[in-house]
Amino acid sequence: MTAAAGRLRRLKAPSALPGFGIAFGYTLVYLGLIVLLPLGVLIARASGIGISSLLAIALEPRVAAALRTSFGISLAAAVIDVVFGGLVAWVLSRYRFPGRNLLDAFVDLPFALPTAVAGISFAALYSTNGWLGGPLAALGIKVAFTPLGILVALVFVGLPFVVRTVEPLIGELERELEEASATLGASRLQTVWRVLIPPLVPALLTGMALAFARAVGEYGSVIFIAGNLPYVSEIAPLLIVVKLEEYDYAGAICIAAIMLAISFVILLAINLIQAWSRRRFGGV
Amino acid sequence: MVTPLPEQAPTDRGAGSDIRVAAIAKGFGNYPALHGVDLDIARGELVALLGPSGSGKTTLLRIIAGLERPDSGTVMFDGEDATGLRVQDRRVGLVFQHYALFRHMTVYGNVAYGLRVRARRRRPPRAVIRERVRSLLDLVQLAGFEDRYPAQLSGGQRQRVALARALAIEPKVLLLDEPFGALDAKVRKDLRRWLRDFHRASGLTTIFVTHDQDEAMEIADRVAVLNEGRIEQVGSPDDLYERPASPFVMSFIGETVAVEVVTRNGVARIGGQRINTALDGIGDGPSLLYLRPGEISITAPGPGTLAGRVGAIRRTAAGYRVEVAIDGLAAAIDVLAEKVEAKPGDRIGLALARTRLFPGELRSAS
Repeated sequence: MTAAAGRLRRLKAPSALPGFGIAFGYTLVYLGLIVLLPLGVLIARASGIGISSLLAIALEPRVAAALRTSFGISLAAAVIDVVFGGLVAWVLSRYRFPGRNLLDAFVDLPFALPTAVAGISFAALYSTNGWLGGPLAALGIKVAFTPLGILVALVFVGLPFVVRTVEPLIGELERELEEASATLGASRLQTVWRVLIPPLVPALLTGMALAFARAVGEYGSVIFIAGNLPYVSEIAPLLIVVKLEEYDYAGAICIAAIMLAISFVILLAINLIQAWSRRRFGGV
Repeated sequence: MVTPLPEQAPTDRGAGSDIRVAAIAKGFGNYPALHGVDLDIARGELVALLGPSGSGKTTLLRIIAGLERPDSGTVMFDGEDATGLRVQDRRVGLVFQHYALFRHMTVYGNVAYGLRVRARRRRPPRAVIRERVRSLLDLVQLAGFEDRYPAQLSGGQRQRVALARALAIEPKVLLLDEPFGALDAKVRKDLRRWLRDFHRASGLTTIFVTHDQDEAMEIADRVAVLNEGRIEQVGSPDDLYERPASPFVMSFIGETVAVEVVTRNGVARIGGQRINTALDGIGDGPSLLYLRPGEISITAPGPGTLAGRVGAIRRTAAGYRVEVAIDGLAAAIDVLAEKVEAKPGDRIGLALARTRLFPGELRSAS
């Protein structure tokens, strides 16, 4: 018997839950057709252009600036989402207060709202004559039509990912853990830092990866508030649209391929950290 | 650390604190959990808080630990008022039913936790911590398990880690909340013996909560029986069994049979049959006679016995369980006997070795 046949047999170990074959086959077809095929086309088109011209486009100052803006601000937004999303999840799952269900429903709004609507609201709110933009402008802080505006929009769209990933795990942390920690003499801060947060780290990282991925791909809400100044507040997805409008298909494909590569590397890195933390901090 | 001390009277050789609970009341919303509970626990004593669920025993333990604040009343440690003391400052070793181990820490990390979180000037040096954790793991027979995670341990092992963790801070009192409730029978038995031995060696004041009367009677020096937020009786296991202060204690500890008695003109009668019993201040009217199945014996019918008829006879591990219908009573009672000569349907007499009369009426047919 060949080794390959042996491996195949191991894949098909008899199970009390049949359906592995059909489920696995469906998964492969689905992933291939919906996810991998379009990406494959993108890569095929990009590889037709050649590495050197790909790099040349990536190093074009305007493109490089847009990529920096997109990835830098997305990462910052994901980190902010981890902090505030974690807090929101904690409050929602630990405390019972009037209006909790309403608040719980609000968390999902960024999922449902057309992002352009959010973008327009943000622009109105943070422009110099808006409710928040006015007072902030008096303090010398300008949000609308700056990179800060992009950050606000990206924090908004990413928040529910962190909340919904972490929430179920907080529910599993028994109150007795906190009580045990307190009887052993730990202060409240030590309890939070040493007992409560470590088991949540893998979930926080998952939430962060999702929020980051969402932020990198975000388009609708950002373009309304960003101001879209080249070299300052122009995001990579917008640049792709700009290129398309100029009928520069090769340029658009190049930027897309570069975004794909960077996203893949960053998500892989987060996944590796997450796998490590899962081993380190116990199963999730 | 735990050093075995020479055998002396329990009150002299104790370690830890003496604890006095005075007039503790606590309610949750409209539900009163404890009404004015008093309890004195001597230094080095092992006391069980025994009661059914909802009796307030866990609430009392949590108040002693400082996890709940009483509505009124005081908790004293060594004569000092500790009612307002924070949990962190009470130095109590608390062990939970479901262990509450920190899953992301190794066994070592769990046991060392209470020492590591101390403020720098009170924190022992690393080598001292290592030494203490090692001796505690020896004590709970888990040497060599330092690097395991709780998920890799059995229930009994986890509970022993929890015990070691609680002892690491050299607590003034060890508090155990249903410590063996989640374990299977064999492990539970071993851990009971371990706790008993540990207590004998260390003399550390220990309070544990249980709803299992066998466990309480087997381990504790004294047992406090709680019911509906009140302490019904505090006493040695012998006291509780031999001299129960209330029908609740009588029926909660050991198997009992309750029989309706009617007293008129100072004469107690069961189903019209006169019985000899001390009335203990029970006046005319209905009352309840509590009997232990082992204290009733089957004899030939005659004077001084209760006349009745044998119903079903069932084999048990130790002997027989005989159902006897006493003449004039609606419900049959169970009698335990090693040997039975009577057959179902026979007329017999019941001799009562011991009778305890309490005021009250039979509420449900049990």
